[in-house]
Amino acid sequence: MKICVLIKQVPSSDALIKLNNDSTWIKEDTVVFAINESDSFALEEALQIKEQTGEGEVVVVSLGPDRVQRAIREALAKGADRGIRIKESFPYSSDPFEIASLFAAAIKDDKFDLILSGLQSDDLGSGQTGVILGELLGMSTATLVVETKLSGESIRVKRELESGWFQWVTMPLPASITIQSGINSPRYASLKGIMSAKKKEIRLIEKKELSGSIPSLQSIEHVYFPQKTKRTEMIEGSVDQVVEKLTEIIQRNY
Amino acid sequence: MSQFMGTDYFDLESLLSEDELAIQNMVYDFVRKEFMPLIHEHHQNETFPVGIVQKLGELGLLGANLPQEYGSAGVTDVAYGLIMHELERGDSGLRSFASVQGSLVMYPIWRYGSKEQKEKWLPKLASGEAIGCFGLTEPDYGSNPSGMIARARRQGDSYILNGTKMWITNGTLADLSLVWAKDENDIVRGFLVEKGTPGFTAQKMTGKLSLRVSDTAELILGDCRIPAENVLPGIEGMKGPLSCLTQARYGISWGVIGAAMACYEIALQYAKDRVQFDKPIGAYQLTQKKLVEMVTEITKAQLMAIQLGRLKEKGKMRHQQVSMAKMSNVAMARDVARTAREILGANGIMEDYHVMRHMMNLETVYTYEGTHEINTLVVGSDITGLDAFQ
Repeated sequence: MKICVLIKQVPSSDALIKLNNDSTWIKEDTVVFAINESDSFALEEALQIKEQTGEGEVVVVSLGPDRVQRAIREALAKGADRGIRIKESFPYSSDPFEIASLFAAAIKDDKFDLILSGLQSDDLGSGQTGVILGELLGMSTATLVVETKLSGESIRVKRELESGWFQWVTMPLPASITIQSGINSPRYASLKGIMSAKKKEIRLIEKKELSGSIPSLQSIEHVYFPQKTKRTEMIEGSVDQVVEKLTEIIQRNY
Repeated sequence: MSQFMGTDYFDLESLLSEDELAIQNMVYDFVRKEFMPLIHEHHQNETFPVGIVQKLGELGLLGANLPQEYGSAGVTDVAYGLIMHELERGDSGLRSFASVQGSLVMYPIWRYGSKEQKEKWLPKLASGEAIGCFGLTEPDYGSNPSGMIARARRQGDSYILNGTKMWITNGTLADLSLVWAKDENDIVRGFLVEKGTPGFTAQKMTGKLSLRVSDTAELILGDCRIPAENVLPGIEGMKGPLSCLTQARYGISWGVIGAAMACYEIALQYAKDRVQFDKPIGAYQLTQKKLVEMVTEITKAQLMAIQLGRLKEKGKMRHQQVSMAKMSNVAMARDVARTAREILGANGIMEDYHVMRHMMNLETVYTYEGTHEINTLVVGSDITGLDAFQ
């Protein structure tokens, strides 16, 4: 079983965010980066599947500037076998279609049986990369997965739907699956894992080696903090009067 | 942005390797997620969370700086120090557990034990399958352990042990007790006593107002018969236990920086959030002076610890230097915890804010593994050539 795990390095959840001067992205030098939370669960799922089947390899793939190397090393320390990094000098300059296309170009020859990724990134939250990548490589795809069961040439997954509903889907391999946080308990890297990680291979690919014909479909124009506004209006009168007034306000604002 | 998780005013990060940073990050994360949710319950109940031992073992955090040959991770001494730092950032009791296991039990077995003793115990102690304790202190012999009363009498293929050991960390949990006692020739030797040996009992000491998340026991040996091969063959005399204490003090000198950092970071945040007279208390000069002194002292302690660690890695560390670092850094942490308590006002005494727990713990750390005073006199003797206590 060859498993690919897509890892994104994102600002950690307790990072203090400041915007850059032209408000096109955050100031990176004041932020601590970490592996995207749901990607950690995807990695753990991959490691457990490998341990259950007792063979194969887990390869982590990431896109980004040099700092991303650390996220890949962390995954290797936890037990992934090797890494692939697509080097991008300016982080966040690629949209989900572009990223998926770059990943597809980088890994198509590896012929993975399974691609696992977090259901979405904690920074931009598009939630598309894993699915687009699966489509580009002609794989079956499923999103929001909370349980996996592998059997022979197919995989059965439990998907989280709305309002507490779940759905079981059986799909043929190869498949690209996006994993919901909480599906397992991600392990910590052991000291031996940390010390052996640097002996594992990380293949470096320049983005421009892959991006020849890939169109860029989106770009970030402007980022800003949610504007905090608070206005309190006291409504008085009988219940009927209050309801009427409330209805009017809600209709006016939505 | 620093990858070092915590206060790093003087770019300590640049003095650490990639592995050392990764280890610090991992242990920081581990303690925050796996240990801290348990802390209040165990602090209140005066119990040690035994369930965490196996996890510490699985990650390689027990005796981590010993060579890989017997199951340890073989990390650098600085990495070992950073592990102690992160454990004690959680609680001094957690760090004490690991200090005793690694520095006071695994280290002497590795350094002075027979091949059979190493093979039998080191892998189990490293994995957390077995817990160890170190019996040196006696009710009447603390700073002068060489006066110990505990005796070992040779009888055929056995030793018969008699005596009482007190203030023994991990005592009731331990599968293996390393007990120091004098033989018939008045020479101090180390004896491995297994749990369940007739004549050996460990009694939990309760009522501590400090280091409550740590198992402390009295060990009672009454005609306790152990096989003669359970003596550590490679050492005779007080330099045996004292060399172990040097290892443990090294870990303490790092560990307490973690406790101080926890207190400082809580106080700093509090000072920025707490508004009195229409501005955060951190905006007042008196509070700023306190915070600045705290971070300055932490920074000095960090630089002392890292240089001590690098000296240890080169085999150049002297035990007097370890005494200085233990003495200086514990006193620093004790002061920082107390100042943090002041900054937090009434909230400072509440368990949710942690600083009072650290402050209480550090009272123990100040006087164990060589009191502040004894470590002071070790350095005093070293610089003057004149012994003040022997």
